[in-house]
Amino acid sequence: MSTSFVRGMKCRLCAKIYPVTPVNFCQDDFGPLEIDYDYDAIRAVLSKEKLEARSFNMWRYQELLPTDGEPTVGLHVGGTPLVKACRLGQALGFNNLWVKNDAVNFPTLSFKDRVVAVALSKAKEFGLTTVGCASTGNLANSVASIAASAGLKSFIFIPADLEKAKVLGTSVYGAQVIGVKGTYDEVNRLCTQVAFKYGWGFVNINLRPFYAEGSKSMGFEIAEQLGWRTPAQVVVPMAGGALIGKISKGFHELHRIGLLHDAPTTKFFGAQASGCSPISTAVKNGWDSHRPVRKPNTICKSLAIGDPADGYFAGKLIRESGGWAEDVSDDEIRDAMILLAQTEGIFAETAGGVTVAAAMKLLQQGKMDADAETVLCITGNGLKTSEAMANKVPEPVVIGTSLQEFEAIHQGHREPALA
Amino acid sequence: MAVKVQIPTPMRPHTGNLPTVDVSAATAGEALRELCKLHPAMEQRLFDNGQLRRFVNIFINDEDIRYLENLDTKIKDSDDLAIIPAVAGG
Ligand SMILES: Cc1ncc(COP(=O)(O)O)c(C=O)c1O
Ligand SMILES: [Zn+2]
Repeated sequence: MSTSFVRGMKCRLCAKIYPVTPVNFCQDDFGPLEIDYDYDAIRAVLSKEKLEARSFNMWRYQELLPTDGEPTVGLHVGGTPLVKACRLGQALGFNNLWVKNDAVNFPTLSFKDRVVAVALSKAKEFGLTTVGCASTGNLANSVASIAASAGLKSFIFIPADLEKAKVLGTSVYGAQVIGVKGTYDEVNRLCTQVAFKYGWGFVNINLRPFYAEGSKSMGFEIAEQLGWRTPAQVVVPMAGGALIGKISKGFHELHRIGLLHDAPTTKFFGAQASGCSPISTAVKNGWDSHRPVRKPNTICKSLAIGDPADGYFAGKLIRESGGWAEDVSDDEIRDAMILLAQTEGIFAETAGGVTVAAAMKLLQQGKMDADAETVLCITGNGLKTSEAMANKVPEPVVIGTSLQEFEAIHQGHREPALA
Repeated sequence: MAVKVQIPTPMRPHTGNLPTVDVSAATAGEALRELCKLHPAMEQRLFDNGQLRRFVNIFINDEDIRYLENLDTKIKDSDDLAIIPAVAGG
């Protein structure tokens, strides 16, 4: 099956068209380049029946992704559960709530596997042998893992103070991990210089137009899992601000190729941590563009990008869709992580806490509608940020092996159904 | 002050393929104007109505000028000024 419906890359500012190469910005105005598809041709070949017969992973939407041939890496990414979240809904006050659970995405337990699967398939098509990224943690895990499985060499740049599990979960794959003494934005600036000097494929720099497309698959899956319709409200955690825009783009593309009957009217709600909230602050103040945050300070390190590349577009989408944005404190993040775990049995990382806490706040403010169908995007796994839970959950009670010792700490409460 | 201006690789066709351009300037803004004098094709790429474009970041010795004094940021002799595309990361 030949699958390329890509016409080229188009500047999001001036619409100039470029051939498909590993470059991320327009040479006339530095504007971001985005993949341009032939939607009419896709519409002609892709039907629900055809799509539903394929395996449930992100590549079932292959025609809407920018690989030339069959994907070669990350073949099992995506296809995560959309969970009806009645107990969490009750706790928060939402009457029709879903959780899209990318905390169990394969292989590295965050939505970043979606972007990396596309970026590294593309890196292989370009004939690149060394890849890399600037990462707040999850991307590091994903690039290291998928590069290893593809036989690519990887250089992963991270702020030196990341969570232990995120560092270990990168080094274990044999990646060259470089901890940089600085903020994510400083790491990112360094990587931009490295990427162009050495010509390596940095997934979120020179491969960024392809990388970003991978996030659309989260939107495709949500719409399909709801029975080929879009939810009224979506809450998305924001770092660089790409994911939120790509979920929206995914919805619109499904409509454009005829797989959704109604044009999407979803309101987009963005979530950030108060210790690094350039986008939500811009939305709340009615600013056109964000003001960069020089020194982020939050337990949610995965979202700690002070100068988001897609900040402008994320803010615009939020406003134009009729949504809003909010940011939450570290304590609100921790409490929300526990609430999600104890109502839905989903242990999300700090970014999940940000999403749940922001949803609660937005509902209380009347910015969200309790009765409208709502999807919370949970994008990463709690085992990677266990430090954030220190002292928040009780230590186990330790006893000897006798029944008496158990009964010394536990009185009463036999299972009534069997009494 | 003598300053080295770093040109991002994809923009080098506009500087006669030079990776860096030496200029003399007292501020970041002046350095960019000097660059544009030497390589006029850079003018409309960096500026829109006299304003630095949205997706261009300028660093002096690895510090973003938005955290200093923007285009008025003073330059010392042999400082490095890097033009860095902002569409990266995340
Ligand atoms: C767990 C998690 N959720 C959400 C995001 C935000 O994605 P984006 O940078 O596209 O806004 C990130 C990004 O780093 C992340 O690690
Ligand atoms: Zn352009």
